[in-house]
Amino acid sequence: MTEHTDPGQQQTKRVDLLLVAEMIAPGSRVLDVGCGDGTLLRILENRYGIDGRGIELSQRGVNECVAKGLAVVQGDADHDLDDYPDNGFDYVILSQTVQATRNPRVVLGHLLRIGRRAIVSFPNFGHWRMRWQLLFEGRMPVTEHLPMSWYDTPNIHFCTIRDFVSLVHDLEARIERTIALDSRGRRLPDNASLSRLNIFGEQAIFLLRRGGEAD
Amino acid sequence: MTSRTAAYRQVDKPDSEVVRFGVDDPLRLDCGVDLAPLTVAYQTYGTLNAERSNAILACHALTGDQHVANRHPVTGKPGWWDLMVGPGKPIDTNRFFVICANVLGSCMGTTGPSSIDPATGQAYGLNFPVVTIRDMVRAQAKLIDHLGIETLFCVAGGSMGGMQVLQWAASYPDRVFSAIPIATAARHSSQNIAFHEVGRQAVMADPDWRGGRYLIEGTRPSKGLAVARMAAHITYLSEEALHRKFGRNLQDRETVTFGFDADFQIESYLRHQGMTFVDRFDANSYLYLTRAMDYFDLAADYGGTLANAFRDSRTRFCVVSFTSDWLFPTEGNRQVVHALNAAGARVSFVEIETDRGHDAFLLDEPEMFAAIRGFLESAARARGLAAPVAVP
Repeated sequence: MTEHTDPGQQQTKRVDLLLVAEMIAPGSRVLDVGCGDGTLLRILENRYGIDGRGIELSQRGVNECVAKGLAVVQGDADHDLDDYPDNGFDYVILSQTVQATRNPRVVLGHLLRIGRRAIVSFPNFGHWRMRWQLLFEGRMPVTEHLPMSWYDTPNIHFCTIRDFVSLVHDLEARIERTIALDSRGRRLPDNASLSRLNIFGEQAIFLLRRGGEAD
Repeated sequence: MTSRTAAYRQVDKPDSEVVRFGVDDPLRLDCGVDLAPLTVAYQTYGTLNAERSNAILACHALTGDQHVANRHPVTGKPGWWDLMVGPGKPIDTNRFFVICANVLGSCMGTTGPSSIDPATGQAYGLNFPVVTIRDMVRAQAKLIDHLGIETLFCVAGGSMGGMQVLQWAASYPDRVFSAIPIATAARHSSQNIAFHEVGRQAVMADPDWRGGRYLIEGTRPSKGLAVARMAAHITYLSEEALHRKFGRNLQDRETVTFGFDADFQIESYLRHQGMTFVDRFDANSYLYLTRAMDYFDLAADYGGTLANAFRDSRTRFCVVSFTSDWLFPTEGNRQVVHALNAAGARVSFVEIETDRGHDAFLLDEPEMFAAIRGFLESAARARGLAAPVAVP
């Protein structure tokens, strides 16, 4: 799972985490997959009184979380979601991690199985700056939010907002909310078209639920 | 000889608290025997609060005892978990009431094969019934009942102690608020059973073992027990730790002697470990306790599915493993974590990077201490336990 250590990212990242937090009903059971140092889980437990669990790939992150009193286990989205029972959680969060998984489709299927709702956030590869760099410079994009070069990035399955929407439809899941943030961390209007979100959204956050289920 | 005498005095007159359960209050064992009378020897540290909600049961490993954080009455050494338990330590006795009982089948005051069999007036020897980890936990539960404690705030321990922690959580889910199984597994592996068998065969091959009747016949199978300890001790360490500590260094000499003296430091170290062990431990207890570990298979008691052992558990777990532990590797600990996840239990899991092998849980491992401190702090908040009183 990606680690967010670049201090320049902090402010924008907070916006992303706070928006995720606002999607969650207080008192819920929440699993944060790729929870890093537990920043989001801590916000959720302290401010929203949720019952939180985490999975994190890096041992250092896990140990930091446990020392903070969070219930976090070492593992990754590709291998360890199998163990979790159906409907074990109200929300499963995959924050800035889906692009680093080996099989995003399977992972997303697990999220929708384990959680009544899934919240997925990721960097949008369809953002105009990405398009610009690839189109005019002919090089794999390197941006503030994706600062690593192609040869040393943990991200192996980049997608655009449009790609992700298409995968959600394939899985017959429903999108309850979509939030996109521009490169300065500002929210794009909720009523913006998919094309606009896909060009101007640098990060996207989706609230999903299984198809064919009533509330 | 004096220390040997001191060790055997501990069997019936331990330097610790004891509680005795009479013939009218037997312990029903897994093997079907009702064991009575029963003595449980234990130590406590700190103060039980008025709500009786701050008790932590520390479970000792194979050759441990109740002296978790005080000087050992036989060896004079600090308690086996002196680094973990005490005022201001991760298991903080300013805040928690810590209990540690000698396990059933052992030799430091709790009833075991060297205790007197009331039927014969002589040491039980092999007439002592074979006990299991679950029997040990049942005996501990009788002690906890006796102390008037309904729910333990935490049960913690490593190795065989970790097996007891898992058994407590499975047998008495409502009585265990939180649990810290360390460097353990939900079942003993065939490799570990194999090592135990080597140890038992070493004891039983000693002519002084006398079919387990050595106490009655006035002998001691010290050589066999020392060999058993030497073999086991290797499994508690790691290749890296042995290499760092000893390498191929020679002991008090410049060249090898072309003989079978302890030329190498590692040989003399193991011989020392074996010799000091026989001064504090009973050979038959070693047979019984290794057997109890061998029989441990928690999933088997729950239809073969480990997750069923923790179904609907509200206990908060913190599983800890060590990278260089080849006796209870991370994988076995992780299987416990997977089962707890599948059961929807609240579980944390840390793997501590260390080259010190299985014994790391007894040593100075700051990351382990930080994890356990943080876990207990969070559990204490959830339990509504007040922060510790500041010590001047």
